[in-house]
Amino acid sequence: MISEKEIENLANLARINLSADEKKKLAHDIDGILAYVDQIKSAPIPDLKPEPGAVKNVMRDDTAQTTSAEDREALLNEAPKREGDYVAVKKIIAQD
Amino acid sequence: MPINLKNLTIQTAHEGLKNGDFTATDLAKSALAEIESKNKELNAFLEVYDNVLVQAGFADKAIAEARKAGKDFPILCGIPLAIKDNILVKGQIASSASKILENYHATYDATVIKKLQVENGAVLVGRTNMDEFAMGGSTENSAFGPTRNPYDTARVAGGSSGGSAAAIAAGMVLGALGSDTGGSIRQPASFCGVVGLKPTYGAVSRYGVMAMGSSLDQIGPFAKTIEDAQIIFDAIKGKDSLDSTTIDETTYQKEKGKSKKEKLIIGVPWHFLKEGLHADVKKVLDDTLKKLEKKGYEIREISLPNISYSLAVYYVLMPAEVSSNMARFDGVKYGLHVDGKDMIEDYFKTRAAGFGPEVRRRILLGTYVLSSGYYDAYYYRANAVRKLITDDFKKAFESVDLILTPTAPSPAFKIGEKTNDPVAMYLEDIFTVTANLTGMPAVSVPAGMSGNLPIGMQLTAPHGGENSLFEAGKDIEKEV
Repeated sequence: MISEKEIENLANLARINLSADEKKKLAHDIDGILAYVDQIKSAPIPDLKPEPGAVKNVMRDDTAQTTSAEDREALLNEAPKREGDYVAVKKIIAQD
Repeated sequence: MPINLKNLTIQTAHEGLKNGDFTATDLAKSALAEIESKNKELNAFLEVYDNVLVQAGFADKAIAEARKAGKDFPILCGIPLAIKDNILVKGQIASSASKILENYHATYDATVIKKLQVENGAVLVGRTNMDEFAMGGSTENSAFGPTRNPYDTARVAGGSSGGSAAAIAAGMVLGALGSDTGGSIRQPASFCGVVGLKPTYGAVSRYGVMAMGSSLDQIGPFAKTIEDAQIIFDAIKGKDSLDSTTIDETTYQKEKGKSKKEKLIIGVPWHFLKEGLHADVKKVLDDTLKKLEKKGYEIREISLPNISYSLAVYYVLMPAEVSSNMARFDGVKYGLHVDGKDMIEDYFKTRAAGFGPEVRRRILLGTYVLSSGYYDAYYYRANAVRKLITDDFKKAFESVDLILTPTAPSPAFKIGEKTNDPVAMYLEDIFTVTANLTGMPAVSVPAGMSGNLPIGMQLTAPHGGENSLFEAGKDIEKEV
């Protein structure tokens, strides 16, 4: 059983505020889902050693691209707050 | 002249444009009129673009020029199409049916949009409704209300690409794009009686589509016929330097034509179809197999020993990837911002206000399976089982060319029927998730009815085997 305390911890890690009601409901839902997915524990996995997969890394050409003034303007305009050509954010380092 | 999109396919509309029976502007006007009269009830479109007639005008000009020069023009030129709301069209809102992106304007075109609009002259009519960030199987998780099924408006259109499927079924457009992470193209296609294709992983560039489960996501077409789906697929596929997961024609060995017979061999995993099938779905499955047999296909029973773990594997891996992909929505760079007392509280408040219940549920579940102490039991193990399932399919494809199952266990269900039970909703994906786990292509083809509700059958092919899907798919649809 997943506790509401655990839900709170997950919500904290995921940076989402939850109400008390939501915590209760989510604990119930996630319990149900985990009960279902727990069946993978009975799957016949021969050896749990990590091995390289079939996928390989693909690199893009390392070339400089210039963003047009128009595109830059469009990007900045999507930011909730801007100051001139900067995206404005709150101060991150607190002064104690 | 007044035309009815209901009576046209992409192929026949192209012929009409070529013969001068009507213009792209006529087609666009017909699409707009149909949306105007039906969308209030169906809620298939979240927005109709303001430049539809301008786009149609460009297409008419291109067609006139081609005609003058005695040249052909692209089949999609002037064809009205709908776009799922998680695909970026420059300058237009792309919200993924979420409050967190309600007012977000795309700053660039997705590769698929460039291909459809710029290279082929298709007319993009608007953005279609979906489950928020493509998380759901009924379009009920949209922040802007559910899409209703055109065959029965008390029922869901399926999901997550429900708006795209409903738009075609209602005669609003001739084709559409969706995205498919666990069945989000094929299941709504089945519910709305249209064709829906999930291509091979990497066949279509995902540059400019909002990521959900990056190892599973693929963009694909909806259309009325296999031929039309093939036309859209041919237009959007191909390697793209902006999506490093894209493949080219040489990545997978061409289908060997194992049987060397004229008709392909179709495998059916009967052991997986014994329980949980709606009686009418079972009947359509049996009928379809009989018809295919009559046409010369060989039907063979196959075994996929680990397929019963598919859905459990999917509901570990997908939320894990969701929790990572959703981290970008922080109220700083774009989208909703809710102010708190400091930066960290901005995140908590923005994400609480912006994400709906299903998105939160999956983010938390993903955070759980990835967290220290649970990673080995869930994420790591699920990846290992994913490989077992993929190997099962590869092995099966040594003796058959295609695998056939129903697309979904039942026809479209009632709105509200499954919203309180996430596991019941997730079971909708039972037959579709395997193609995402294995990366193999799969298509849903309308194959029969349950009363007034359509039922689709799903064909799966080995990696790169879209052509076999089209070949057998055409034989299924011819029989309906």
